[in-house]
Amino acid sequence: MTVELVTLPRVTGFAPVQYAICLKGIVWREGLRFLHQRERFVAALVRPLVWLFIFAAGFRQVLGVSIIPPYDTYVLYEVYITPGLMLLIQLFNGMQSSLSMVYDREMGNMRTLLVSPMPRGFLLSSKLVAGMAVSLPQVYTFLAIAWFWEIEPPPLGYIAVLPALVLSGLMLGALGMLMSSVSKQLENFAGAMNFVIFPMFFASSALYPLWRVREGSLFLYYVCQLNPFTHAVELARFALYCQINWISLAVVSGCTALFMIGAILAYDPSRGFLARRGEPGGGA
Amino acid sequence: MMTAEPPAVAIEGVSHCYGRRQALDDVTFSITPSTFAVLLGLNGAGKSTLFSLITRLYAIQRGRIRIFGRDVGHASSEALRMVGVVFQPRTLDLDLSVLQNLSYHAALHGISKHDGRARAEEALARIVLADRANDKVRNLSGGQMRRVEIARALLHRPRLLVLDEPTVGLDIKSRADILAYVRRLVVKDGVSVLWATHLIDEVADDDGVIVLHQGRVLTHGSVPRVLDAAGAEDIRAAFTRLTQATDAAIEGS
Repeated sequence: MTVELVTLPRVTGFAPVQYAICLKGIVWREGLRFLHQRERFVAALVRPLVWLFIFAAGFRQVLGVSIIPPYDTYVLYEVYITPGLMLLIQLFNGMQSSLSMVYDREMGNMRTLLVSPMPRGFLLSSKLVAGMAVSLPQVYTFLAIAWFWEIEPPPLGYIAVLPALVLSGLMLGALGMLMSSVSKQLENFAGAMNFVIFPMFFASSALYPLWRVREGSLFLYYVCQLNPFTHAVELARFALYCQINWISLAVVSGCTALFMIGAILAYDPSRGFLARRGEPGGGA
Repeated sequence: MMTAEPPAVAIEGVSHCYGRRQALDDVTFSITPSTFAVLLGLNGAGKSTLFSLITRLYAIQRGRIRIFGRDVGHASSEALRMVGVVFQPRTLDLDLSVLQNLSYHAALHGISKHDGRARAEEALARIVLADRANDKVRNLSGGQMRRVEIARALLHRPRLLVLDEPTVGLDIKSRADILAYVRRLVVKDGVSVLWATHLIDEVADDDGVIVLHQGRVLTHGSVPRVLDAAGAEDIRAAFTRLTQATDAAIEGS
């Protein structure tokens, strides 16, 4: 007796509109989650404002900033550190969404995402876009408050800086995602603060121009130059004054691509750190 | 000539290691479409690993898994469309509403907002939680959350539903309700079910049973066949006899 297997109708691939629905759904959920964490929003704003109102005011007299591009005049220290603080918001946001991935994975939400039949690279990229999208209103709220503190870039600069923020938001999110897949130490926020956020922030051009760093330590100067955060800050600084820093653009674009590919590979089941990390339930 | 549908799940020679520890060892079994199959095993038997492989969370190291003939390794997207999953840990977003959780799942499957909402409302009506649609998940009871998770897993209309210890931590009534509800899905809608549990009393006489112990399938088939294989009167005795024999063999070797 021959038994013939009935072939089910093949359903392959997804229509572009379905990809759009999926991306929109992921961004929408990230947005809802952010709205539910009001403390996170307040903390995200208080952090850079403390730097701006207190630190910058205190150091205004100590740290003079000479005329360096993109500024065409002497600027107040507050004005100088504003782009760095914008990026600080994105840095925290990137780390927080990466930690939420670790948390999600333990809570199982990451599983919900990864068992979707959509391609995994697309799902993870959507997750990155969602994290980046959530950082934008935070940065613009900060800029709005800073405006009252007499930090007034040209009006067009507010628009010009948007693409720079999109790129840097993706870069920092991808970095966080990559870290969440490889490192177990970073599962608590203190670990991320000590080993990633502080070193990246301080060893960059966020708080002091690099020519000043060079006067102090040539080694540190090179470290700052190699830090992608420096380039993210410079990209935003130039864009805020309607200029393009090509080197920074190249570095940030390159790092974004590199970190994204790394993160997608890290969450690929066949290469997976996911399986190597442990057993179902993220070690449960 | 006879025509037959491919098995709902066909697992062939699947082995899986975490580093040096072997979690699954040459696991082979299949499930007939539109039946209720119980994957019976103690904690640590390898049930959750098997679920992670069926749902592509982990890559298959050795062997092959097919869902209605679609290979999870090579045609994962096609295979995953046909599966609804309920994981052992809760995977709902506690701060979002029931409806928002369901809409998110619909979006992950590329289902439009309008269609997704209609399906979600229909699903909630079926599990008698329509009036809780806008409540935060946090405010639901354990049994209600499980029901929502099952409704969510069915939202994209899969032909196979896999559930990993879905009744753990629930009270007796919720357990019975959920079991009865999933059994109804098999009878009324023709859904195929793989139900993993360590609770032997969840096995019914006409279920398919797979006994998984220390990563190996000790026996599988209908309840009478399993009883026969173990030479036991009831499924509890059969399970105890089979697993103890294996443990003794391992200790003796």
